[in-house]
Amino acid sequence: MHMPLEDTLGLNLLAANQHQAAHNREHFDAWRLLCVNVMSSPGAGKTSLLERSLALLADVFTMAVLEGDMTTQLDAQRLEAVGVPVVPITTGRACHLDAAMVSGGLRLLRQRLDPADLDLLWVENVGNLVCPAEFEVGEHRKVALLSVTEGEDKPLKYPVMFREADCVLITKIDLLPYLPVQVERIEAHIHQVNPRCRVLRVSATTGEGLEAWHQWLSEQVASQRSNPAGPTSDRHGPPAALLSAVH
Amino acid sequence: MHEVDMTRALLLAMHNWKQGHTPHEPQVGTVHLQVGSFTCVEPDQLVFTWRAATLNTWLEGSELAIEPVPLMARCLGCSATYSPQAEQGYRSPCCDHPMEEIVSGRELRIRSVDYHLSDSLSPSPR
Repeated sequence: MHMPLEDTLGLNLLAANQHQAAHNREHFDAWRLLCVNVMSSPGAGKTSLLERSLALLADVFTMAVLEGDMTTQLDAQRLEAVGVPVVPITTGRACHLDAAMVSGGLRLLRQRLDPADLDLLWVENVGNLVCPAEFEVGEHRKVALLSVTEGEDKPLKYPVMFREADCVLITKIDLLPYLPVQVERIEAHIHQVNPRCRVLRVSATTGEGLEAWHQWLSEQVASQRSNPAGPTSDRHGPPAALLSAVH
Repeated sequence: MHEVDMTRALLLAMHNWKQGHTPHEPQVGTVHLQVGSFTCVEPDQLVFTWRAATLNTWLEGSELAIEPVPLMARCLGCSATYSPQAEQGYRSPCCDHPMEEIVSGRELRIRSVDYHLSDSLSPSPR
């Protein structure tokens, strides 16, 4: 036995996942498509929103979905019914998608189509407000959903998710008349933990607010198309370097 | 539940680190981590998971030492550093600004490893 030694690593714990995520993103950029990671707690309305948005945007964009689900393929079946290619990714025990799972989903997707034909690739994450926030999958934009039935304090209780989001959709606003909830307070709480993100009110049931949501998406697709890798470096370098401790 | 995935990531990083010492056989005493309070990781659960995951491996008996890193933000109103609190809505106490610039608290970092190098060149038990 020799003298005690110490190696300084300074290595991010999630370095392997981030490496795979960067690899996924290189593919997305080469295909000039925009990848959007959709996250929320279970039941906030990710699949319902996607059903509406996929149907309404089908004439505008060529799209596909990587659908994360812990055990079933129920959500994938719902989205397939809209007529958009869906690859289910059953995560089993894991409560989030990681970059390697999305890479596996991409391999399956490539057996069915040429991703270079896509404008928009959706990743519907597993319903969970905690873990998905820490695991990048190579997305260009993170969208978090928060339904009005979840209450006003969720952004303060699960701040990391809302901090990471580029856009937060407040969903199920058709239920507001029946709830003791002030949507302005939800918005204020989101902006307290993330002053820069876009916050939109939507209802997948009535269609209210979807136009603004689709407008935001179109802007992101256009930005990715004209400058692949640009938005990504914006997101992860300056001015987001203000979040220097993050990455 | 994600602490299991974090532990798996940590084991992978340690495995890669060990490869760098071939043909020596590092005997790890302590792995030092920095875990920010503005992450989704619970330090106690990580330590528990580490003990379970390293049983019967080359890392059995090693300790995980976690240095918590508090969430700190800089107020864009007056540049003062403050400690955001959920109860205050993460706003700065000085100027009542929302939480714009995070200074620390997002760390999930393997800082260092304390170890010995044995003289044995025998193949490592996996």
